[in-house]
Amino acid sequence: MIRRQILRYTANQRTNHWLVAILFFMAALSGLALFHPALFWLSHLFGGGPWTRILHPFMGVVMFVLFLGLVIQFFRANFFISNDRLWLRRVGRVIRNEEEGVPPIGKYNPGQKLLFWTLLLCMLVLLFSGLVIWRAYFSAYFGITSIRWAMLLHALAGFVLVLSIIVHIYAGLWIKGSVSAMVHGWVSRAWAKKHHELWFREVTRDENPDHPIRKKG
Amino acid sequence: MASQDIIARSATTTVPSSVRNQEEVAKLIDTTKCIGCKACQVACSEWNELRDDVGHNLGTYDNPQDLSADTWTLMRFTEHETDAGNLEWLIRKDGCMHCAEPGCLAACPSPGAIIKHANGIVDFDQDHCIGCGYCITGCPFNIPRISQKDHKAYKCTLCSDRVEVGLEPACVKTCPTGAIVFGSKEDMKEHAAERIVDLKSRGFDHAGLYDPDGVGGTHVMYVLHHADTPTLYAGLPGSPTISPLVELWKGVSKPLGLLAMGLAVLAGFFHYVRVGPQLVEEDELPPLKDPAVHEVDPSVHTFDPRGEDRP
Repeated sequence: MIRRQILRYTANQRTNHWLVAILFFMAALSGLALFHPALFWLSHLFGGGPWTRILHPFMGVVMFVLFLGLVIQFFRANFFISNDRLWLRRVGRVIRNEEEGVPPIGKYNPGQKLLFWTLLLCMLVLLFSGLVIWRAYFSAYFGITSIRWAMLLHALAGFVLVLSIIVHIYAGLWIKGSVSAMVHGWVSRAWAKKHHELWFREVTRDENPDHPIRKKG
Repeated sequence: MASQDIIARSATTTVPSSVRNQEEVAKLIDTTKCIGCKACQVACSEWNELRDDVGHNLGTYDNPQDLSADTWTLMRFTEHETDAGNLEWLIRKDGCMHCAEPGCLAACPSPGAIIKHANGIVDFDQDHCIGCGYCITGCPFNIPRISQKDHKAYKCTLCSDRVEVGLEPACVKTCPTGAIVFGSKEDMKEHAAERIVDLKSRGFDHAGLYDPDGVGGTHVMYVLHHADTPTLYAGLPGSPTISPLVELWKGVSKPLGLLAMGLAVLAGFFHYVRVGPQLVEEDELPPLKDPAVHEVDPSVHTFDPRGEDRP
């Protein structure tokens, strides 16, 4: 009996993704507490202002390390291909749920790819600027101008990251089948063909019912 | 009783309790009268119950070497050679300048950890301090220090506890030469003007008052012999301002950032409402043929090497 669904994410990939997601929420909420006075109340979620200040950098570092796991597994599938340019030009149709004229794309659409590289860039900026402004351990090694730049870049990268994740979460809710793909791993054949046709063709080309498809990347 | 004289409060977007009016005060430090005795350092340490660690002599008179969470004021000594070849010993009592527009307060993310009183004193409230060190980032004068003991920020309070009950700051009380005086800001400016006239009459053509506009003026002011080059005095900033990086970081960009995040969430919601979810019709794809059943196109003839006549 052939499995009629396609495995999009392995158990390890799903676990890795959701660990990053949990850490992101903790780091983002504690970061937003310090971002603007209107959100300082979020610091109560972490046991008050000093605890927020103590925990936030550790959350960030753990998030970065876990995120590297996702990068290693997914970066290959996030290189741009020739169809991506046309897809991006027709992103308006994609947003209106119109399929006509939207070219087939690989495992990730160009929007997802842009998100991937944006997240990676933000994570790198957040890590390095975060180390510079980590008073307890590292700030003493940096001059005041570096620290001021790091403060600014950290806030900016955090802002871009939060904005990107809002888009990411909404896209998952909008494209039905995406959330379950990341929760239990499987997508329907129709889903794969509709949203990621090149990937669908690739994983079904050498279809062998004896073992399910486990394509990496 | 709550303080009723707070005219600025960190990370607070409403008006703090500020009905009580007070005259602006200032401490005037006359570097031309200072003899570098460090009595002010001792008085500060005595009144505030601070005992810094004994450090090392690094070949200068500066002792300790730098401000710390336990050293809120410090004499900084500079040996300056004038154009005429004379040696001048410039001694500046360093410490919080109590800016009218404090960079520390602008940068602080914790509500009420830094407050500015109506009399101009900028005070840290360690009960509300979270120890992030943003005040250090914001300060144009490199004053606040985080204690390694409790991870709270400390600096000169201008003896706000003494001033509140009508006393002058401890350093002022102890200064043996009258180089440090305290009073209303207006009076101090007047006093400084008299001093400057005197200094100019004695050949210090560039004598002047240091009350920098870049931070809205300060409530600790200096009389300098060389007011045209304040940096001579152990790097006293010539025209201190809150760094543009800090202004950008703490200015209009953050409310706009919050707005953008909120709009992104709203945009998503209304996209869903107007365009709707992207659903997959499961019958869009023809049902997969069962590969266990081998169907042969009757128009295609294949050669079977094993000679078995399989369907």
